[in-house]
Amino acid sequence: MTLLLLAHVVAALAAPVLVRWWGRQAFLALALVPATGLAWALTRLPTVLDGGEVTETVPWVPALDLSVALRLDALALIFAGLVTGVGALVLVYCARYVEPDDEGAGRLAGQLTAFAGAMLGLVLADDVFLLYVFWELTTVFSYLLIGDSGAKVAGRRAAGQALILTTAGGLAMLAGLILLSQAAGSTLLSEIVAAPGDGGLVVGGVLLVLLGALTKSAMVPFHFWLPAAMQAPTPVSAYLHAAAMVKAGIYLVARLAPGYADVPGWRFVVLGVGVTTMLVGGYRALRQFDLKLLLAFGTVSQLGFLLTLVGGGSAALGKAGLAMVLAHGLFKSTLFLSVGVLDHATGTRDMRELSGLGRRLPVLATAAVLASASMAGLPPLIGFVGKEAAFTALWDGALPDRTAATVVLVGLVVGSVLTVAYTARFLWGAFARKPDLPATAPEELEHPPGPLFVTAPVVLALAGLAGGLAASALDPLVAAATEPLPQLLPEEEHLALWHGLTPALALSAVTLLTGAALFLARRPVWRLQRRVGVPVSADTGYWNVLQGLDRLAVVVTGSTQRGSLPVYLGVILVTVLALPGGLLLVRGVWPAEWRAWDNPLQAITGALVLVAAVLAVRIHQRLAAAVVVGLTGYGLAVLFVVHGAPDLALTQVLIETVTLVAFVLVLRKLPLEVGGSSRARTRWSRGVVATAVGVFMGVASAVALAAREAPPVSVEYPELAREAHGDNIVNVTLVDIRAWDTFGEISVLVVAATGVASLVYLRGRAGALARATAEDEQRVPQGRRAPRAQWLAATSTLSPRRRSLIFEVVTRLLFHAVLVLSVFLLFAGHNAPGGGFAGGLVAGLALVLRYLAGGRYELGEAAPVDPGVLLGLGLLLSGGTGVVGLALGAQVLETAFFEATLPVLGHVTLVTALFFDMGVYLVVVGLVLDVLRSLGAELDRQEEEGEDRDPAAEEVIAR
Amino acid sequence: MTPTVVLPVVIAGLYAAGVYLLLDRSLTRVLLGFLLLGNATNVLLLSSGGPAGEAPILGHAGPGEISDPLPQALILTAIVITFGISAFLLAVIHRSWRLVRQEVVHTDEEDRRVAARSPRHADAMDPDDIDPVDLDPEDRAMGDVVGGPPDPEAQLARRFPDTASDDVDLPPTRGRTT
Repeated sequence: MTLLLLAHVVAALAAPVLVRWWGRQAFLALALVPATGLAWALTRLPTVLDGGEVTETVPWVPALDLSVALRLDALALIFAGLVTGVGALVLVYCARYVEPDDEGAGRLAGQLTAFAGAMLGLVLADDVFLLYVFWELTTVFSYLLIGDSGAKVAGRRAAGQALILTTAGGLAMLAGLILLSQAAGSTLLSEIVAAPGDGGLVVGGVLLVLLGALTKSAMVPFHFWLPAAMQAPTPVSAYLHAAAMVKAGIYLVARLAPGYADVPGWRFVVLGVGVTTMLVGGYRALRQFDLKLLLAFGTVSQLGFLLTLVGGGSAALGKAGLAMVLAHGLFKSTLFLSVGVLDHATGTRDMRELSGLGRRLPVLATAAVLASASMAGLPPLIGFVGKEAAFTALWDGALPDRTAATVVLVGLVVGSVLTVAYTARFLWGAFARKPDLPATAPEELEHPPGPLFVTAPVVLALAGLAGGLAASALDPLVAAATEPLPQLLPEEEHLALWHGLTPALALSAVTLLTGAALFLARRPVWRLQRRVGVPVSADTGYWNVLQGLDRLAVVVTGSTQRGSLPVYLGVILVTVLALPGGLLLVRGVWPAEWRAWDNPLQAITGALVLVAAVLAVRIHQRLAAAVVVGLTGYGLAVLFVVHGAPDLALTQVLIETVTLVAFVLVLRKLPLEVGGSSRARTRWSRGVVATAVGVFMGVASAVALAAREAPPVSVEYPELAREAHGDNIVNVTLVDIRAWDTFGEISVLVVAATGVASLVYLRGRAGALARATAEDEQRVPQGRRAPRAQWLAATSTLSPRRRSLIFEVVTRLLFHAVLVLSVFLLFAGHNAPGGGFAGGLVAGLALVLRYLAGGRYELGEAAPVDPGVLLGLGLLLSGGTGVVGLALGAQVLETAFFEATLPVLGHVTLVTALFFDMGVYLVVVGLVLDVLRSLGAELDRQEEEGEDRDPAAEEVIAR
Repeated sequence: MTPTVVLPVVIAGLYAAGVYLLLDRSLTRVLLGFLLLGNATNVLLLSSGGPAGEAPILGHAGPGEISDPLPQALILTAIVITFGISAFLLAVIHRSWRLVRQEVVHTDEEDRRVAARSPRHADAMDPDDIDPVDLDPEDRAMGDVVGGPPDPEAQLARRFPDTASDDVDLPPTRGRTT
C-alpha cells in the first residue's frame, strides 16, 4: 500500500515533465497509476470478503507514537475501488479534454494524480492523524484545482471559499479526533471504533468530527462552496466534486458510525442535516440552467441522501448507503464527463441554447441516459438497487426510533421525487430537441468527440448497469463492510434487483410518477420558485462573516497599533508588571534572611555603578552618556572579580573598551546633544514605569534566589571538566558541555557583523580593505613638522595634523606583543582564565590600536583580509569540530583528545575543543574587524570623498 | 540560598535606568538603555548563581569553594553578544542619520493610517474581496443566489433603488426559458 501511495507521488512529480514530452497523451500513462491501484484492491477482494483485512505499518515519528498505519478492509475497499477506478478513467478522459496546446496541462496532470494519491491514502489510513494529513492534502489539491491558473477572479474566489470552509471544518475535525483518540486510548481508527469509550469528551469529539465531515461533504449550511467550485475544469468537477473528495465526509461518517451512532446528538445531526441537504439541493437543482450547476446541486442533494444512509447506524441502511455511494460515484461522474464533452463540442453548457444533440451524439446520449436512469432510480440500474434497499430498510423501521424512521422515509421520498424531476430536466436540457429552438447547427460542433473522449463516460455508465444487474454479487462486499453495525431489523436484508412486489417498489413507482409530473409542470414550478425565493442564503451569510472578520481586524489593528514604539514597549512592560509582578506580590515568598554583601568592595562598586546609571539618564550629551554607561560596565567587571569570575571580568573589560571605540566612531558623525526633550508628563510616566520595573526585577532576583532548593545543575561540572582535560570550568562549559549554545551565539555574532557592514556600506562590501598606494600617499600634503620616520606602514597617508608620533611608536612596540598575548589567552584558556572570546577581543583591540594610530589604510595593512572570510572560517572551524567529533564516534561537539610526549614540549594533551575555541577566536576577530572596517574605515572614506555631506537621492534608492 | 542586599539594589537601579532610557524616542538613548539592561541582566544572572566564591578553576580551589560556573558561561556569551547587537544598533543609528538626518523614531505613519481607517473600508484592501454584487457577471461565483442567471430586472432595481418599475414581475421571455 505504501508503494502504491509512493507511485502516486512519483507520478505526480513526473507528470509535468511527461506532459512536456508526450503532450496530452501523457495522461494515458498517468492513468496507469490509479488503474494499478484498482487492480491491486480487486486482488485483495477475496481476503476482505472473508472478513479479513490487509494492514501495513511504517514508523513515521516514533517519539510521537505516529506511524503510517494503513488498513484495507471492506469499507476501505469500496471507497478505494471508487477512487482509483474513477480516477483512472478521468485521467483517460483528460487526454482528450485538454487541448493539445494547453499550457496548464502539466499542472493539471500533476495535481490530479497527486489528488488521487491523497484520496487513496485517506481511505486507507488507519491512524487518525495520518487520516487528517491526507484529508487536508485533498483540500489543498482541491484548492489548486479549482483555482486553476488563478487568472480568473471567480476561480480564485471559489477556490478560496472552498479552502476556508473545508480547512475550518478540518481543524474542528482534528480537535475532535484528538478528543476521540484520548477517550479511546488509541490513535488507530480500527481500535477507536471498536472501543470508543464514553463521557462528555466523546460527545464533544464526535460533534467536532461531524463538523469536519459536513463541511467536506458540502452539507447544508456549508453546501454553497460546491456549486461555486464548478469553476474548475469539468474532469476535476467529475472526480473531486462528485466521485471522490466530497465522499471523504461520507467515508468518515461510515467509518465512525459503528462506534458512535448511539452517541447523543449523532443521529439528530446526521439524519437532520442529511435530509435537509437532500431537499435543499434537489430544490435548487430544479431551477438551474447551467447543466454543470444543475449537476452540482444534484450532487449536494445526493450527498445528503448518502449521509442519511451511512450515518443512520443500522446495517440495512448502511448497506443501502454503500450501494448508493458506488452508484452515485458512477452515475454522477458519467454525467459530469458528458457535460464536459458537450461543453467541448458546442462551447456552451446553457440548456437554453442546446437543442437536438441527442441525435447528433448518440453514443454519449445513451451513456448519459443510462447514468440518469441510475440517478433517478430506474431498474435495472445500481441506483435503483440502492434506493430500493433504503426505502425497504426505513419502511421496516431500521432506526431505533420508529417515528424518526418514518420522518426520514418521507424526507427521502420527497427528495427522490425532486431527484427524478431534475434528472429529467437534465436529460431534456442536454439532449432533447426543443421545438422553439433551432437545432444546434452542425458547424457549431467545433470538436466532434472522438472515441477515446467518450470512453470514460461510457465505461462508467456500463459499470452502473453491471452493478445493477449483478446486485446480488455486490451484496457480500457491502455486507462485510457493514458487519460491525447493529442489525436493528428482525432479519437481514440483501441487495437485489428484484425483491418482489414490496411497499418499497410502490414507493419507487410513486416517486417516479410524481417526479415526472413535476418535470412536465416545470413552467408553473419555475414561476413558483421565483415567487417564493428568499433573499437570504448561506452564501451571503458566509460573505458577511468574512466581512465582519475583516472589519474586526481593522478595528483591532487600529486600536492597538498606535505607531509609537515607546507606547508598545510601555504596554509590554506594564503587562510584565501586572502579571508576573502581581503573582510576585501575591505568591512570592519573601526571603527569611539577608546578607548585606559578599564583600564590602561589592557595596562600594555597586554604589559607583548606580551613580553612573543615574548620570547616564541625566546626561544628554551623547558621548558623555556613552562613557558613563561604559563606567557601569567597568564596575560590573569589578563585581565579577569579587564574585570569583575572572573570565567574566577579563571579557567585560575588553568588551567595554571595544564598545566605547565603536561608540566614538559612530557618534563623531552625530550632533553632540540628543535633541528634542519630551514633555514633563511623558517623562513622569516613563519614570514611574522604569522605577516599577526596576523594583520588580530587584525583588524578583532576591525572591528567586531565596526560593532555590534543588542542587545546581552545575554540581557535576568540575568532574565533567576533569574528563574533558580542562581546568577552567567556565571555558570547558563554553567549548564542550554547552558547546551548542556557544555555536549558536557565534552564529549570532556573524549575523550582527554582516548586518553592521550591510548598513554602512553603500556599494559592494566584499573584499579586504584597501591598502595604501603611492598615489594615496601623495594626495596628502607632507608638512615640514610631520614626523619623517616611518613607524607604521601607512601613516604617510594621514594628514600631518592627525598624526601622533608617540601613539605611532607605542603602537609599533605593542602591536605584536598584544597579538602574542591574544594567542596565549586562546591556548591557555582551557586551563586558566582566557579562551577564544577573550583572545579574540585582545586581538581585536590590537587592530583598534593600529586603526586609531594610522587610519584606515593602516587597518588594511594590519589585517589584509576580508572580515567575512574570518567570520566564515571561524564558523566553519567550530562547526567542523563538531562534525569531526561525530565522525570519531562521539556526539556532535563532544570533545576528543590526544595525548603524546613530544621531544621538546614534553607531555602534551591536545583536545579538539581547542579547535572549537579557535573558531570562536576567529569569529570575534572578524566581528571587531568588520565593525572597525564599517564604522571606522568606511565612514572615513565616505567623509574624505565627500559622500556623507549630501546623500544623493538616487544613492538612497539604490541601496 | 540567602540573597545579598547589594546585588538586588544594583539590579533594580540598572533596570530602572535602562528602562527609562529604552522608552526614549532617540535611538542613541535607546541603545544606551539597551546596554544598561544588558549589564543589569548579567548581574541578575550572576546573583542567581548564589554566593561569591573562588574562581572556578580546578587546582585553584576545591569543588565546594568555587562560585557557580554555569551562570558565568551564560554571562560570558551574553557580554559578547551584547557587543555584537550594540554594534548593529550603532550602524542603524548611523544609517538613520545619514538617510534622514535624524535618529529619533517618530510615530509610524502607516500605523496611524490603519488606525484612522474606517472598518467599512476593510473591503477595499484586497482586490479579491469585492462584494459579489459589485463584480462583473463573469467574475461571480457559480450558484444561483448571488451570481446565478443574470436577472436584468433585479440588477436595474439594484442600480436605481428609488425608481419605480412597472415590470417587476414579468413572466420569463417565451422560448428562452423552460
